[in-house]
Amino acid sequence: MATPVPLSHSLRLCRNLLCLLALASFAPAAMSADDEPPPFSPPGSFTDLGHFAHQDGATLFRAICQGCHMADAKGAVGAGYYPALAGDQKLASATYPALVVLKGRHGMPPFGDYLTDAQVAEVVNYVRSHFGNQYPDALTQAEVARLR
Amino acid sequence: MRSVQNPLSITRRDLLRKIGVSAGAAMMYQAMSTLGFARESDYRGPIDLAGAPKGTSILILGAGMAGLVAAYELRRAGYTVKVLEYNHRAGGRSWTLRGGDEYTELGGHKQKCEFDPGLYVNPGPWRIPYHHHGMLDYARRLKVPLEPFNQLNFNAYLHSSKDFGGKPQRYRHIYADYHGHIAELLSKAVNKGQLDAELTTEDKERLLQSLRTFGVLDKDYRYVKSFATSESRGYDSDGDRGAGLMPAPQFSTPIARDALLKSGLANYMVTPFDYDLTPSMFQPVGGMDRIAMALYNDVAPLVELDAKVTAIDQDERGVSVTYVDARRGGEAKHARADWCLCTIPLSILSEIPVKVSEPMLAAIQSAPYEASVKFGLQFKRRFWEDDERIYGGISFTDLPIQMIGYPMAGMNAGGKGVLLGGYVWGTNAYEFNAMTPEQRIRKAVELGAQIHPQYPAEFENGVVVSWHRSPFTQGCFANWSDAAREQHYVNLCQIDGRIALAGEHASRLPAWQEGAVLSSLDTISRMHKKIVATA
Repeated sequence: MATPVPLSHSLRLCRNLLCLLALASFAPAAMSADDEPPPFSPPGSFTDLGHFAHQDGATLFRAICQGCHMADAKGAVGAGYYPALAGDQKLASATYPALVVLKGRHGMPPFGDYLTDAQVAEVVNYVRSHFGNQYPDALTQAEVARLR
Repeated sequence: MRSVQNPLSITRRDLLRKIGVSAGAAMMYQAMSTLGFARESDYRGPIDLAGAPKGTSILILGAGMAGLVAAYELRRAGYTVKVLEYNHRAGGRSWTLRGGDEYTELGGHKQKCEFDPGLYVNPGPWRIPYHHHGMLDYARRLKVPLEPFNQLNFNAYLHSSKDFGGKPQRYRHIYADYHGHIAELLSKAVNKGQLDAELTTEDKERLLQSLRTFGVLDKDYRYVKSFATSESRGYDSDGDRGAGLMPAPQFSTPIARDALLKSGLANYMVTPFDYDLTPSMFQPVGGMDRIAMALYNDVAPLVELDAKVTAIDQDERGVSVTYVDARRGGEAKHARADWCLCTIPLSILSEIPVKVSEPMLAAIQSAPYEASVKFGLQFKRRFWEDDERIYGGISFTDLPIQMIGYPMAGMNAGGKGVLLGGYVWGTNAYEFNAMTPEQRIRKAVELGAQIHPQYPAEFENGVVVSWHRSPFTQGCFANWSDAAREQHYVNLCQIDGRIALAGEHASRLPAWQEGAVLSSLDTISRMHKKIVATA
């Protein structure tokens, strides 16, 4: 049996691996590397299971929301669709997106258990002030708490 | 999940969250994998749909397991059947990726599977418990050969990145040592008289006797390095019990109690003893899609692929479905039938105009779809077998990949192999979902190298399916909350005018193919009765 190597050795291999992988043939993608949205977080900063660790709205958007609503927040269409959040008039009241994040809607799972009030406020405020949305009023942590 | 059946229990979602926080990935997985109501399948053998009125037509939406089972049975019963399927293939989530297969996820990233011939990964379901009688019966009737799926491998790893210097531990070590330590502790309590109020003298003796066997304790009820414990947990080196003048075996040293407790690795030992995951389990030889494909072969002329349903309408006389070519778009097409069995996942159906009663519509809109991610990674050689003697089974880790699954097929044959390079739930699944396929695979290979340092030298190519990016399901399965199920489930399962729903979402075995099969059989039986009664 091969003895599993100590962590330090593994980490060294990981660094080598990254170099190797830059040259390796991954499954070819429709988009080039230049078109790729930025990784949502630096390598190794995955959160512990059970709760998202990131605190700021932009990072939370990139770690969670963009998975379905896409990096440009324009949504996606397949057999069904994920709605666009870009230029979205449904965001006019901050209560609506906050409730959707907390409780879910249709097939979208609720995130209330995964996010603190502050995180919900952060990500809602981020979406309402980016992607062509310019709603000046900010949602507060206390308002989120009242919606739970 | 046992606590689900207790009416006073916290909700399943609360439970999942609390488990996730307190016990980490192991318990989360345990809970996620047992979302059903642990019970034997209700399957009672092939259904009897005798007396179908001649010429009655039934339109089936979706050619996954539920739709294919319905098409197979209804056509045999004499109904006029047509099936509309969104994908360019049948099978739905009952799906196997092999070399040459292409998959484009939502967002437009296209992957081409580059596995060598004979290698595959099942991105959806991958195992069939012995008590899923429906799945097993269809496999037998359709002559699909099965082989064992071993959930539990005592030589696979349990891994905590924060303990034992990040070194993965053999399952058998954690298993033997945890049992040894708790048996020793309990023996101490008994011998100190601390359980005198609970036990008669005779029962104390019986308990001590069983603890000595159970925990492999010595004559003084201690769990120590010895011949007996090495026979249980293994010797210092695998296979080191040679013959002739080979070296004599060296006893292995049990893991210290405090380090074992701190690591939390004992929490992982629940999973393979869960009702849904205990032996015997099976997989079809060659890939999970073999059963769905066998059904499809029987009904293929009835199935229109690339059909994206855009509206479902009905009146007193029948059902009318509007659809378009899913790849090319173009003019709307129409299909009409006397009845409709809709197996479209609720995540998709909730975005399509469908004419049903308010209660059913509310039910359709009430099921959140869970996130999950699966990786298939091809390596130049089967180092897990050649170097580490891991044949099948699963290693568990607290890293975001959560699991590494070893192939059950082609064991000990040498050559290349495909690992399940990660099977991810919870927050980690959302994070992987937010990455591109290339980023996900890069991350999975980087993380897996902490468990198998051979990864960098041996990795060749990979595919990944993140289920929230799946264009045909937008999620893994319908993860009903207890409250939503209580409120909506019965309404969801009604025959609403001339439309009825089926699929894992309309079952009490969510996420399992058996749920889709049972739901399909139950619904078409009721529909048939209604048709015969009103003919």
